[in-house]
Amino acid sequence: MRSRYDIVVVGGGPAGSSAARSAAMRGKSVLILEKDRDIGIPVRCAEAVGEIGLKRFLDPKPEWISNKVNFARLIAPDGTAVEVSHHVGGYILNRKVFDFDLAQMAAQHGANIMTKTHVYDLKRDADGKINGVKYLYLGKPCEVESRIVIAADGVESRLSRLAGIDTVLRLQDIETCVQMTVANVRLDRQYCDFYFSSRLAPGGYVWVFPKNDHLANIGLGISGEHNAPRAAIDYLKEFIQSHYPDASILTTVAGGVPCAPYMDRMVTDHFMVVGDAAHQANPMTGGGIVLAIWAGQICGEVAADAIDGNDTSQKRLRQYEKLWYDAGGKVHIRSYRLKEAVYRLTDDELNRTAHKINKLAPENRTLVSIFKTALLHNPKLISDIIKVFLS
Amino acid sequence: MLNIIHEICDLCGTCVSVCPFDALELFENRLKLKEENCTQCLLCLNVCPLHAIEEDSE
Ligand SMILES: Cc1cc2nc3c(=O)[nH]c(=O)nc-3n(C[C@H](O)[C@H](O)[C@H](O)COP(=O)(O)OP(=O)(O)OC[C@H]3O[C@@H](n4cnc5c(N)ncnc54)[C@H](O)[C@@H]3O)c2cc1C
Ligand code: SF4
Ligand code: SF4
Repeated sequence: MRSRYDIVVVGGGPAGSSAARSAAMRGKSVLILEKDRDIGIPVRCAEAVGEIGLKRFLDPKPEWISNKVNFARLIAPDGTAVEVSHHVGGYILNRKVFDFDLAQMAAQHGANIMTKTHVYDLKRDADGKINGVKYLYLGKPCEVESRIVIAADGVESRLSRLAGIDTVLRLQDIETCVQMTVANVRLDRQYCDFYFSSRLAPGGYVWVFPKNDHLANIGLGISGEHNAPRAAIDYLKEFIQSHYPDASILTTVAGGVPCAPYMDRMVTDHFMVVGDAAHQANPMTGGGIVLAIWAGQICGEVAADAIDGNDTSQKRLRQYEKLWYDAGGKVHIRSYRLKEAVYRLTDDELNRTAHKINKLAPENRTLVSIFKTALLHNPKLISDIIKVFLS
Repeated sequence: MLNIIHEICDLCGTCVSVCPFDALELFENRLKLKEENCTQCLLCLNVCPLHAIEEDSE
């Protein structure tokens, strides 16, 4: 632990560890500050990642993975199950181990890490320039200096606001979630199930992700607009009671996922935002693990280069915004439009769509054709489709 | 006034992310309300997945 680093990263989730690792690999001195007692705990996550996505960045270790899934079913409000025909290679991770290992990898490249360290403010010099952070360590106020601060502080992201970047989410742009890890359920561990229904999860979906044959992450996200008077916990209790009445509940966690429009401002002078804090999770699915790792990598690279070039101004750091837009921006924008269109479907429309899709030859039931069918069979959505596919 | 029910709160930060006035903060394992910033817009209450925020009756 030193009093000055090239880069201080706030938050030890996938975004923070990835940014720290990529900057440390480029020879920068990096410190990660994490407020919780442990890296990786609590797990506020359904732990699903695509195999291809993960392998682009990391060589998966067996201990990261609870289960490998091969198929997905989308279940309509009337119970009609649409099986996606193609092989959906995915993992249900063990995020406690996974997040811990990501931090360890950053440490192996030289990053320092502290836990139980709550960052409560930015540090600024006499000219108001950001030059570090203020934190409480075991209740004691401390400071550390850095040339760049990277905010990887998750959905709540207070740090960005302190830096003048508006990350406040509108109710329609946050999925409010509850998840239970339940035992004593009978599952086919090769299948991930997704339930779409305004009765079960308005403006979102229910997931059932098996960790083995009798253990699953069952949770749901609903649009922040639909969370009152009944809240996510009420919907989940009802779902588990009706679908898995014998389940024993081993964990219950709440959480929020930004499912928001593309955030085009992610830097200011000497400051960068990454991961959920920068609303980088996919707005249609809420998946953000791989995206956080990917963006973290770009963010860390640009930070390291900026320090090497002795220019950490907003202008220089904007290269990260540009590279991230090229990497993930277009998909993000398209996914947001799709989310808006899909969540506008009524239960009747979803049912009819499911029946139509099930008439397609099984080999044509790809995710893309399912969403296209969902949209095409609903005339009132034509204008949305045009927007989704043509702009 | 708002009442945070700490026995229910899971410290998930969802409410913090929607508060337009920076009146909520997760601080040292506790959700804190800065009353001077709060306009009682109730967005936080509406978004909490667990009903851990309620409107104080008085
Ligand atoms: C219920 C739920 C289910 C999900 N399921 C999936 C899924 O199946 N697949 C998927 O890909 N994604 C999923 N996600 C999304 C995924 O969890 C996030 O996108 C991912 O964790 C983002 O990583 P991050 O590093 O940006 O943020 P986080 O993992 O949230 O890490 C942020 C870290 O910053 C720390 N921190 C915050 N403020 C401070 C501070 N002031 N000082 C110090 N430290 C601080 C926090 O303690 C935290 O450890 C889910 C999310 C939820 C809520
Ligand atoms: S949203 Fe609810 S559970 Fe989450 S931190 Fe706020 S009050 Fe606590
Ligand atoms: S009522 Fe509004 S201003 Fe007050 S804490 Fe909740 S969201 Fe913030």
